[in-house]
Amino acid sequence: MYPAKFAYVAPKSIDEALTLLEHGNGEAKLMAGGHSLLPLMKLRLAQPATLIDIARIPGLGFIEPAADGSAVRIGATVTYRQVQLSDVVKAHLPVVAETMSLVGDQQVRARGTLVGGLAHADPSGDMPAVVLALGATLVARGLQGSREIDVDEFFVDMLTTSLAENELITEVRIRKPGPRSGAAYLKFDQPASHYALTGVCAVITLSEDGKTISAARLGITGVGPKAYRPMRVEAALLGVDPTDEKPVEAASAGAAEGVDVQGDIHASPPYRAHLARVFTRRAVLEAARRATA
Amino acid sequence: MTTTETAAAEPALHTITLTVNGTRHTRTVEPRELLVYFVREQLGLTGTHVGCDTSQCGACTILLDGIAVKSCTILAVQADGAEIKTIEAYAEPDGTLHPIQQAFWEEHALQCGYCTPGMIIAIDQLIRDNPNPSDSEVRHGIEGNLCRCTGYQNIVKAAISAAAKIRGDAPFEKPEDELMAETH
Repeated sequence: MYPAKFAYVAPKSIDEALTLLEHGNGEAKLMAGGHSLLPLMKLRLAQPATLIDIARIPGLGFIEPAADGSAVRIGATVTYRQVQLSDVVKAHLPVVAETMSLVGDQQVRARGTLVGGLAHADPSGDMPAVVLALGATLVARGLQGSREIDVDEFFVDMLTTSLAENELITEVRIRKPGPRSGAAYLKFDQPASHYALTGVCAVITLSEDGKTISAARLGITGVGPKAYRPMRVEAALLGVDPTDEKPVEAASAGAAEGVDVQGDIHASPPYRAHLARVFTRRAVLEAARRATA
Repeated sequence: MTTTETAAAEPALHTITLTVNGTRHTRTVEPRELLVYFVREQLGLTGTHVGCDTSQCGACTILLDGIAVKSCTILAVQADGAEIKTIEAYAEPDGTLHPIQQAFWEEHALQCGYCTPGMIIAIDQLIRDNPNPSDSEVRHGIEGNLCRCTGYQNIVKAAISAAAKIRGDAPFEKPEDELMAETH
């Protein structure tokens, strides 16, 4: 399968890429690893006139702790494989390192990029749920300068983000969980594609005495048209004893509330909503267990 | 990389240079030329197979700068300047098989053989990342490669036996329950 014809450019700087994007008049697409975009182009679901390959722009391949120590910065051309093997990620964001082994397969991880995957905003991608739960900032660069987008404002709809057409994400800063916190991402995948029918990431912080949940952030993927935070579940978990399954289960009941739950040949909407509730409970219990460990 | 202007409205062609199995090749390609077709049709190296052509089956797996990738989901222009190794370069010039190929032979890890080049290269990557993989680690490691003949049993055996040979150890006996512990 060949994509439709397109022009290919491999700029050597961010500004050159942004100029090309601006001149593309909405017909140009950015590509880093191409593992979300090229499959769509081969199916002719995407037919950009110009493909701007940012993989050869130097300086976007970093993984490093933020200067203030609160986050890990991951550059736009960093592959899932590089994230998976990174000692910085293993030390500061173990849940991200752990999730990597669930993204695609080893060959896909060798090319696909974490930032590119977020920009693609696949409704069943794993990392959107994980970054929503941990909290993150995306740095978007345009010809007029940079702006920071909180991940809570980033995912807009299926395959749609708040990134402007003439902007490029240079990095994502994923926040480290605070003290007395634990994080877990649990996924129920479609066994052929490994895409999430439901994936839930929970980041649970315990009170000083360790007996109740003092903060909860969750991200859910695979269920709605975009990854989301189930705010009512997060609120309902506050003050709950995380070793007691009953109140956690009760709080998890709202995991798909208010969501336009998707259905396909693999899972109907009611089944996906059920999975969301079950995996929310399990992820919360596991994250809380890790917080005490 | 140099570009060649063609007729108006036609995207420019690109001249790329790749080192494939130790030999440098310079060719002019359309931007939409996929690496797998470049390797098969421009270079005639047909050991790299096209299976699903949708980055699921892994039959097109090659090493790109030493890392296993699916060449159906990479443009040839993206690989400009890269080093590529395909299945044709695994055996020695005198015909001595690579330890993974030898293990496939010994363990009867192929039937029709269509997935085999991709399987061998995926297992090469897996063993370099993890020289002593368990049964479940092999199964997880080759999840990006589909085989419709063998049921995977003998492929997993071959991977474990090849890993032991490459380490220079006796084959490692793995607990059977690990097989059930992972969902994929």
